[in-house]
Amino acid sequence: MQVPAHVEYERAASVAHALSLLSRPETRVVAGGHSLIPMMKLRLAQPELLVDINGLAELAFIVLDAGQLRIGALARHADLLESEVAGECFPIFHDAERVVADPIVRLWGTVGGSLCQADPSEDLSAAFAAARATAVIRGPDGERAVPVREFHLGPYQTVVGRGELLAEIRVPVRPGTGSAYQKVSRRVGDWSIAAAGAVLTMSGGRIQEAGIGLTAVGAEHFVAAEAEEFLRGRAAGGDVFARAGAIAARGCQPAADQRGPEDFKRHLVAELTTRALRRAAERAAAA
Amino acid sequence: MTVRVAVNVNGTEYARDVEPRLLLIHFLRDELGLTGSHWGCDTSNCGSCVVWLDAKPVKSCTLLAAMADGHAVRTVEGLEQDGQLDPVQQGFVECHGLQCGFCTPGMMMTARWLLDRNPDPDEAEIREAISGQVCRCTGYENIVRSIRWAAEHGAEHPA
Repeated sequence: MQVPAHVEYERAASVAHALSLLSRPETRVVAGGHSLIPMMKLRLAQPELLVDINGLAELAFIVLDAGQLRIGALARHADLLESEVAGECFPIFHDAERVVADPIVRLWGTVGGSLCQADPSEDLSAAFAAARATAVIRGPDGERAVPVREFHLGPYQTVVGRGELLAEIRVPVRPGTGSAYQKVSRRVGDWSIAAAGAVLTMSGGRIQEAGIGLTAVGAEHFVAAEAEEFLRGRAAGGDVFARAGAIAARGCQPAADQRGPEDFKRHLVAELTTRALRRAAERAAAA
Repeated sequence: MTVRVAVNVNGTEYARDVEPRLLLIHFLRDELGLTGSHWGCDTSNCGSCVVWLDAKPVKSCTLLAAMADGHAVRTVEGLEQDGQLDPVQQGFVECHGLQCGFCTPGMMMTARWLLDRNPDPDEAEIREAISGQVCRCTGYENIVRSIRWAAEHGAEHPA
């Protein structure tokens, strides 16, 4: 039987209340809890105080606002998967959410929780990195905006400090953009062996901007920066996406583990990046 | 430290003072004596602990009882109404949807949620809905048939 160690519990009545509670050391936010509570059972996390933010309805939204898709940190995975506006602007999020855990976990787990957990195998971090999203963090001194590409400091570590709370993620919406996410896992609902997300902004058949996110393969900030650089300004056609995939595969640092050896993971990165880019280009053309 | 958990389970109000670390599944089973919900993998993988929190199924081994305070919980004990089995329960009877029965309460709670949202799901939709739940006996075939049975006979056996 696995039970968490003793912990205190407070329910946040407002964001301001949550922030004041979070100023205490050894305090963790709990929302979906699907990563934190299992970690507490295993003593991998042992907070002294849990701040439950499930009641903060003001953090549970998905809206298109002034050229940005804004996703509240408390939006559930299922909310993002079912959001029509998110699907229209960024099909990559629907692709990714379809393969996050299982339908029951998705009903309760949150978008913000996934980002803050900063698990290297977590799908949304790469998707948001590919889309060049911005994390909005609230703290005692107000609000600060951090690009998702600078949000993660390493496995299970983010820039969210004591007394701060991730409030929302903002994703810039650009015309002519298509996006996609491709994942391979051992079985339904499992973490990625490897996955790739692509966001392409096209102009007259040329790639104006490319975003490539990689999951579970040791890519710095979940990004394939060299492959993005290679694509920028090129015409989409021929073997350009396959070459970008090869660059992405060379640039990441997958670790051999029970999900497979390093060369297999690099092979997956090359193939999944290529497929995600092709799909993103098709969607950009249809947009 | 204890916290007050006041919760409506299957239409009955309960209130208990519990440790904040108490998981919802243990609250239901050990505090309230509602042992229909099963406690399985402890890691939110197997789904035998699925209950509804308000209108949504959740894995109750990964929720604190404190998080359910002020909310309504529905467990497998709440499916049957006035001696009348829910069509999902009848479907599991008709189609041999269980052998050992361990996964059954969670499977049925998810099935009821699926059918409320989608009264006529095809096989792929049923399999997707229960993809976060594990059955080690049936190979899922009879569970899928049971849920289809419930979809086809729901009108004769109103939930």
